[in-house]
Amino acid sequence: MMYSKTVMDHFRNPRNVGVIEDANGIGEVGNPLCGDMMTIYLDIQDDVIRDIKFQTFGCGSAIAVSSMLTEIAKGKTVAEAKKITNRDVAEALEGLPKNKLHCSNLGADALHMAIQDYEDRLSGKRRAEPQCTEKHEHKDKGKCYCPYCDAELQEGISFCEACQTDLEEEHH
Amino acid sequence: MSYINLDHISSKPLLPEVKAAMIEAINADYANPSSQYSHGEQAAEKLEAARVSVAGLINAALPKEVVFTSGGTESVNHAVKGVAMAKAKAGNHIVTSNIEHNAVNRSLRRLQSQGYHITSVSVDATGRVDPEDIARAITDKTILVSIMHSNNETGTIQPIAEIGAVCREKKVIFHCDAVDSVGVVPVDVQALGVDLLSFAANPFYGPTGVGGLYVRRGTLVFPLLDGGVQENSKRAGTENLIGIIGMGVAAEQARLHLAERLAHTAGLKERLLRRLPDYIDEYIINTHPEHSLPDLVSLSVQYIEGESVMLMLDDEGIAVSTRSACATGSLRASHVLISLGLSHADAQGTLVVSFGIDNTAEDVDRFLEGLQRTVKILRDISPLYQKRKG
Repeated sequence: MMYSKTVMDHFRNPRNVGVIEDANGIGEVGNPLCGDMMTIYLDIQDDVIRDIKFQTFGCGSAIAVSSMLTEIAKGKTVAEAKKITNRDVAEALEGLPKNKLHCSNLGADALHMAIQDYEDRLSGKRRAEPQCTEKHEHKDKGKCYCPYCDAELQEGISFCEACQTDLEEEHH
Repeated sequence: MSYINLDHISSKPLLPEVKAAMIEAINADYANPSSQYSHGEQAAEKLEAARVSVAGLINAALPKEVVFTSGGTESVNHAVKGVAMAKAKAGNHIVTSNIEHNAVNRSLRRLQSQGYHITSVSVDATGRVDPEDIARAITDKTILVSIMHSNNETGTIQPIAEIGAVCREKKVIFHCDAVDSVGVVPVDVQALGVDLLSFAANPFYGPTGVGGLYVRRGTLVFPLLDGGVQENSKRAGTENLIGIIGMGVAAEQARLHLAERLAHTAGLKERLLRRLPDYIDEYIINTHPEHSLPDLVSLSVQYIEGESVMLMLDDEGIAVSTRSACATGSLRASHVLISLGLSHADAQGTLVVSFGIDNTAEDVDRFLEGLQRTVKILRDISPLYQKRKG
């Protein structure tokens, strides 16, 4: 099996699935190229995430990432939650296959979007439009790997030297 | 509960007759078929008997038109690159389709990097190539046309005989990648008018690691592997005799039992397609209703992703294949499914169910029950399903 036991546990028994009807922060991220979509719903009271739920369209690791993220974020203050990274989620899951680091590891991005939405609402701003990232973005300092051959990619180069594949569509 | 294999396109079990023949061959300690002493000649006899059997399966005029290889990938590489090298002075243009297997695609990409020009003809919405498009794509620089017989992701069968006629008229070498068809449906190299045909043993319950390339007599194709004079000087290297013996027996069995196998798997496929609407809704069938493999169904279940379905069915003891981007080790949706006009999201929910002679009607029903449960769980999680409901 390519997935760790923890990933399979969260995939088989995802925590905090669903919608919070009166959520005061909603974040949606997606990668239309590979198809993973993730929506995070927050119920923040007194600056603390009292409840968090998710909906995800995606592969086993995308579902596990969402589930793990909600477990990490639940009960955290907004400031603490902002510090959660995609890498933290992947580490809590005891690692993800290298090629999955690209597409499925969107949980922290969705959480940060939801927090942004919450803060925008507080400050009376118009609600943030759901964001769909066209390409994989480097928000963490983690290394990046070719989705085809798992070779480490050089930062800023959308071409895999190892397997000679043009990655313009999925990497920048 | 027993494990149900509904992924025969990935691997098929060895026939008992094949296993027995291979074990016998291992115990026989055959010498090198190229050696001229008696032990070597016994090996050569076995090799040639297998060749006759395989030639019979595809109706080759001469057994020596069959070159044994290490499998479908090598056969395809040999055909495509071998013609390109052999005909380099005559031209540098190759015509193919946009749904070929990566063995063809990447061989052509390699040739492109060496200065060859590739024209990729698009399939129609049903996944079929129009032979007229092939005729229009051929120029006076065209040295090869390469079109697959059946597609491994959709099961759709191409009008190979019509394309063969076009190539004959235009005097262009025609290669057909028939890896998923030979031994599964009737494949007759005379009727199809092909010059080169790639195939492998496992799709007809032979061993992996062995395949064949049919080379019509007089077709100029350079070897991929240079060295000794084995395989009529077309493929150097001491033969994989144990595998080839297995392939020979598998080919003989396929020739004898093709019709009954076809009827058996087609019955299972018909059952699946007929009962599917009773179990799930909102899906797309990607397999051509008429021109397709009898043993394969490609379906895209909307609003959910295929790898998740595959993992959950695995927990229920059912093996299926998925064509979702993630599971295929790339981030891109399958080029075959996108070519049919599927959206990226719909392509993500694609399952390939492929039957074999070891499957039963009960297997179909267990799959349908498992699929129903799995689809419900994943749609309950899916934001796309919620949105579609409004």
